[in-house]
Amino acid sequence: MDLKDLYRDVILDHNKKPRNFGKLEPADSSADGHNPLCGDRLTVFLRMSGERVEDIRFEGKGCAISTASASLMTEAIKGKDKADIGTLFGKIHSLLTQQTAVADPSLGKLAALSGVREYPARVKCASLCWHTLNAALERSTDARNETPATVSTE
Amino acid sequence: MAATASQAVPGPVLDVERVRRDFPILDRTVNGHPLVYLDSGASSQRPVAVLRAVEEYETHSHANIHRGVHALSQAATEAFEGARERVRRYINARSTKEIIFVRGTTEAINLVAQSFARPRFRAGDEIIVTALEHHANIVPWQMVCEQTGCTLKVAPINKRGELLFDEYVKLLSPRTKLVAIAHVSNALGTILPVKRIVDTAHAHGAVVLVDGAQAVPHAHVDVRALGCDFYAFSGHKVYGPTGIGVLYGREELLQSMPPWQGGGDMILTVSFEKTTYADLPAKFEAGTPNISGAVGLAAAMDYVESLGIDAIAAHEHRLVELATAELQKIPGIQIVGTAANKASIVSFTLDGVHPHDLGTILDHEGVAVRTGHHCAMPLMTFLGLPATARASFGVYNTEKDVASLVAALGKAREVFG
Repeated sequence: MDLKDLYRDVILDHNKKPRNFGKLEPADSSADGHNPLCGDRLTVFLRMSGERVEDIRFEGKGCAISTASASLMTEAIKGKDKADIGTLFGKIHSLLTQQTAVADPSLGKLAALSGVREYPARVKCASLCWHTLNAALERSTDARNETPATVSTE
Repeated sequence: MAATASQAVPGPVLDVERVRRDFPILDRTVNGHPLVYLDSGASSQRPVAVLRAVEEYETHSHANIHRGVHALSQAATEAFEGARERVRRYINARSTKEIIFVRGTTEAINLVAQSFARPRFRAGDEIIVTALEHHANIVPWQMVCEQTGCTLKVAPINKRGELLFDEYVKLLSPRTKLVAIAHVSNALGTILPVKRIVDTAHAHGAVVLVDGAQAVPHAHVDVRALGCDFYAFSGHKVYGPTGIGVLYGREELLQSMPPWQGGGDMILTVSFEKTTYADLPAKFEAGTPNISGAVGLAAAMDYVESLGIDAIAAHEHRLVELATAELQKIPGIQIVGTAANKASIVSFTLDGVHPHDLGTILDHEGVAVRTGHHCAMPLMTFLGLPATARASFGVYNTEKDVASLVAALGKAREVFG
């Protein structure tokens, strides 16, 4: 096991220069994610056009895996509709948790996260932004505001 | 405490290489490197003497205690009550009635919160804690505040992690019913001036609980010299097993408190109309306790005393000073917690590398440190940090371990460029 399998250049680059970082104003929806184990916090902002994510940004503080994962996620889902995002979420979940998973070519740069599965303690760092995105998506259509604004990994 | 930065600590020298041979786990490798265990603040490792004592008890002497006339029950009872006497001597309590076996520090504090504080505190009463407490010495008091309407006050610290003693004294008033403080901060290593805190609290009629989880492994603790009313600690941080800990309480206070949990072993007589409770310490030990844990804890205390707590403190103090000096030479390292009086702990951050990433990279090099908020979120908020990495030293650590930590931090800087 080489540390470079976890901290690939793409990850280090997105950690140092996170894309789509900062508040999105105006936003149609947002949600907060929190990993109480390590203190990571992030907020995902969405601007929707019907079922499609027109724009997405995030802000927060976290480790390299959590920051890079969120940055890569915003690049991957901008312009995608909810159904495609659901499919992508499933693929990411397999990538992060299944030892035998072969990176799906459709994952593109997100495949850089495949090293995380060798470090079980770090899987939550990579998945926090995706769970937060799901909450933000649910809130975008939740007229009665019943979806909690915060998700936690614990 | 013996270990302070301002005074040289003469005294007996520890034969660390011999000590290391007492801890079999130190022979193992982690990720292809020899284990460098710098997480004794979270849980220390156990020497063979403790492992053997537990095995010996379980193999030859186990039965339930206080229950049978048969030989094994008597042997188990003797072992358990013998452990209580061992603990009494270790902290110099007046009587074994003052030694309550619990699961750990957390349970000890909760016992005091629910049995001492809850029945007698009212709206308007105040509990004082410090800004550097572990969650285990914050949350139980918040629960009491919710239950009784009393108020939690927080004595502030400075950025070095030292209690602002004058500010603490200003919080004291006739409303102060209880002061709950750490003896040694688990996140920063600060040693608090317990004796002065106790004296000033007592002058205002307040009772004092000391969370001694991080102090007992590193210093001679004498509860009568400290004058505290309650003292709580865990076995697994002083080279004993997990799941066993101690609440020391002054006898007259423990006598005045109702039982916390009901069940077997804590009663004199039971009928459906009325139950009378057993005397101390059984009153607070409902159910079958962790007998082998108590036996292991007693063995751990024998082991520590055989090495000499002053020798251990002096050894760890040298390591803290060395680690502090070596880490400060690394560009981008900030030491978090620079109190004049510190024990056994060096908390730090490295610019550009989140502590969580640091923990993974160090582990890759076989170096085990704790990373995160150290169950002290209010302290981290005060320091403006989400987390730190923490190296904590035990009796078996060496100068070489410090060198391995420094080398592994170099690796982290390399990875993150």
